[in-house]
Amino acid sequence: MSPLPQTSSPLRRPARLAVNAGLVIFLALYAAIAFLQPNYLEPGLFMNFLRRAAPLVILACGQLYVILTGGFDLSMGAVATLAVLAASILINGDPETTWAVIGTLYVMGIAVGLVNGLVVAFLKVPSIIATLGAMLSVNGLALAWSGGAARGDLPDNFRNLGRLVWRGVPLVGTLPLAAVVLAGFVALAWWGLNGTVYGKRALAVGDNPRAAELAGTPVAATRILAFVVSAVSAVTAGILIGGFSGVSVNAGEGLELQAIAACVIGGAQLLGGRGSIWSAVFGALSLFALFTLLNLIGLPQALRDSIQGVILIAAVGASLWRTRRRT
Amino acid sequence: MTTDIAKNKPAARGLPVAVLLAGLSIGFFVAVALATGEVAQLGGQGIVGLLQRMVALGLVALGQTFVILVGSIDLSVAALISAVAVLASHVMQGDPAMILPAILLCLGLCLAVGLVNGVLVAYGGINPLIATLGTGLIVQGVLAASFGALQGAVAREFQVLAYGGVLGVPYSILLLAVLSLAAAFVLDRTLFGARVYAVGGNPEGARLAGIRTERVTLSAHVVASLFAGASGLYLAARLQSGTPWIGRDGIYDLESIAVTVIGGTILAGGKGGVAGTLAGVLLFASLDAAFNMLGIDAFLKQVLRGAIVVAAVAIHAVRTKGHVA
Amino acid sequence: MTLRTLLATTVALTFAGQALAQDFNDPAEFKKQREQLSMTPQGPEGQPWAQHLGDGMVDTAKYRKDGQVTLCFSNAGVFNPWRVVGLNNLNAEAELHKDRLKELIVVDAEGKDDKQISDIEALVSGGKCDALIVSPNTTAALTPAVEAACGKLPVIVFDRGVNTSCPVTYIHPVGGYGFGITSGEFIASKLKKGDNVLALRIMPGVDVLETRYSAAKTIFDEAGINVIGSEFTGSDRAKTKSVVEDYINRGEKIDAVWMDAGDTATAALEAFEDAGLPYPVISGEDQQDFLRKWQADKLTAIGPSYPTYQWRTAVIAALDVLDGKQVPGPEWVLPQPAITEDVLADYVDARMPPLHYSLCGCQELPGYPERWGGKK
Repeated sequence: MSPLPQTSSPLRRPARLAVNAGLVIFLALYAAIAFLQPNYLEPGLFMNFLRRAAPLVILACGQLYVILTGGFDLSMGAVATLAVLAASILINGDPETTWAVIGTLYVMGIAVGLVNGLVVAFLKVPSIIATLGAMLSVNGLALAWSGGAARGDLPDNFRNLGRLVWRGVPLVGTLPLAAVVLAGFVALAWWGLNGTVYGKRALAVGDNPRAAELAGTPVAATRILAFVVSAVSAVTAGILIGGFSGVSVNAGEGLELQAIAACVIGGAQLLGGRGSIWSAVFGALSLFALFTLLNLIGLPQALRDSIQGVILIAAVGASLWRTRRRT
Repeated sequence: MTTDIAKNKPAARGLPVAVLLAGLSIGFFVAVALATGEVAQLGGQGIVGLLQRMVALGLVALGQTFVILVGSIDLSVAALISAVAVLASHVMQGDPAMILPAILLCLGLCLAVGLVNGVLVAYGGINPLIATLGTGLIVQGVLAASFGALQGAVAREFQVLAYGGVLGVPYSILLLAVLSLAAAFVLDRTLFGARVYAVGGNPEGARLAGIRTERVTLSAHVVASLFAGASGLYLAARLQSGTPWIGRDGIYDLESIAVTVIGGTILAGGKGGVAGTLAGVLLFASLDAAFNMLGIDAFLKQVLRGAIVVAAVAIHAVRTKGHVA
Repeated sequence: MTLRTLLATTVALTFAGQALAQDFNDPAEFKKQREQLSMTPQGPEGQPWAQHLGDGMVDTAKYRKDGQVTLCFSNAGVFNPWRVVGLNNLNAEAELHKDRLKELIVVDAEGKDDKQISDIEALVSGGKCDALIVSPNTTAALTPAVEAACGKLPVIVFDRGVNTSCPVTYIHPVGGYGFGITSGEFIASKLKKGDNVLALRIMPGVDVLETRYSAAKTIFDEAGINVIGSEFTGSDRAKTKSVVEDYINRGEKIDAVWMDAGDTATAALEAFEDAGLPYPVISGEDQQDFLRKWQADKLTAIGPSYPTYQWRTAVIAALDVLDGKQVPGPEWVLPQPAITEDVLADYVDARMPPLHYSLCGCQELPGYPERWGGKK
């Protein structure tokens, strides 16, 4: 892919807009957290916050690629579960094999992404249905393969990716490895959208696939690649979740909707046409900050769902209102 | 996108898909019953059992068809089904005198939720996926938090809806049949139905033609919520008392969307109909029954179902010109 | 809209607190289960799945059927590792009776009440079954279907019950109060008055789980131990670990962790590890990962159980009924042992997968350990 030409593209302004939306909500929520419990302002606790939010942020980045091209990926949670269960089966307690297995996990993820993309691009199945089917199948496969329960423990070198924390690091004090993985993944995802032609193509495809095609954009390839990126992010998130807390059969449950919600809260527009990587990052951080805040307030579990619903609608409503005011 | 509102033979719309799908489903069911020696399943009771598997999902899916036809979608139905089932059992507390008030209250709740959904989508311009995901979460949260206070059971007399029947045909199946016919009639023979197709097929054109598109979208959402309510009431009768998770456990949100799309209603709106949706529901019911007879492992069953959903949509979607997302 | 929602919830919550307290705190049942825990079971020594507490027996001569028989099993689902282990137990037990059993038909309801009702109706109308085993997804919902089935063939219910006495017998271990009593009393015995315990629970509103908490809470209150929090984790390991981290970060002193199910116990313990704190006193369950950690790190712990061997009992009972033998009934109460320090070593088995439930009573069954995912 060639670097983006120096012309001012139409995605500049919406991108900046999105930064503001997600960032503002995140800062407001984090301020509320810090108000309730001031030690969240210490670098250590902030780093721990990042460590726990990392999987959701990474998932949101992947989901954003698909959302930009106008689709959805409902199979992410199932792919994350598959990654955790497959790792436990394949590694089977032998730390020597960890890196080879991680490679295998990515191959499996890419395969799922390719299938999703091909089904949407060539069989013309709407992504919501295609990835719903993939969600059922992948989840079923993961459970059938493992017999419905985890098969082995994950070794420490695998767990460290989500669990290790370096202490006594200059400036920040403690540094979780997961935060480093997060920064790396976000940088890559940012580069994919802003450092290559891909970002422009994705926005064009999401905005109006017909026009994009007439302008010479490879629509099918752009779509397929988005699903592959999404699946790769799901595998990465699965590795971090498995690392953080160990093997479980429901590791990825419900994460797909959270990832979509995160992108939307951050200002990305469903069905394509608007959004930047910062919508995903700050949207996900906002959502996670919201969860943390609700925990701190000690609201009954069930009502946290309700509040999440209200925030979701409010965030979209607010962003609509702002867009309308500007035009 | 795929727009041609100049269709004036609504009855023919989507029928081939429906017939093909229904035929395949029944064929599969019969073949499996013969192959496994479960011939009893082909008798009266077996067939009634098969149709009974359609009722809960069928009722929600009818409503989902309306919203999808106007180019919207409703993810809040699962939470609403739970809410209605819980509310019905709580209000009745086993007292037959409370059946009518309970039904009215439940339908009132559905009306309110449908109006909120419709206003958010049609007048607020909020993407329907987010709007209805949001309202669904709100309903689910309030319901789960207050469930402790909402215990109860429906009246025995009300359970007749799920367990009684005439001439061996359960009332619930008749209910589904009658409501399906009514829905088909509304879509195919009334002005409202024509507007639904017009708004879904080409919202700009419909607006230029003088249709108040917002109103049509709003009404479709109300219809979807009411059908979800009917499904919730049926489940309350069948399960005796509702719990806050029957809707979620039944995956009625995603499954109702899946069967509607499998039945040939396109997500962009404007094309499809009730017959296809029912055929999609029949496919799911036949799969459930046939997988039982075959004794397929629970996890493998999930893999197969996922693949079948995609394949069933691909069969007719693959001919789509242009792009889908 | 928002205001109304808030108002409604406030009202709802006020009621919710009261209603929940009433529903799941039954002193008579608490007392009964406490007695059952210390009762000496009847039946064959060393085979708890064939034992029973109490004296009631039911006559089944009228169900007697010679020759080969077909058993049908309507399962609520296999949506968690406990049920996966249980289903393996059931299948393996059936394999022991190959000569008597023509076929075992298992249908899975995927956690849906509506589907389970249809499944039972189809099994009954199919005419193949000689006896029906049901593990209900929800007590009230499955009652009419079970009642209808009772008229046609002998029915055996286990795990969750139904609101009718028509099944030949209802098999279950002592129960939720018993679970809460065992774990609550252990923690109370290790803590001082005024110490703090954190309660981690799966989800609200489920009777079999609520009774566990209500029993433990009663014991903590009597002993003057503070329950500093009762959090729902949805069986999610990441969430469990996060919740415990949050309590630690708040600077609260946690002397003990009580859990209503042990599948995320090791995740809770890891939060203490990562924070560099000593392990608390903890109650888990009988999963391998917890037992192994307990042994390796010398925890102060207890593993109460809701034993999966009851899945074996269901098949044994069904065949006994078709033999016309007397079976314990109308309730077949199984012993509900707990794993303690003294017997810990007997239950740790390095071959088994981390979420294997050790009180499966399956060590002698055909296919052990591979059938349960273990290594040879």
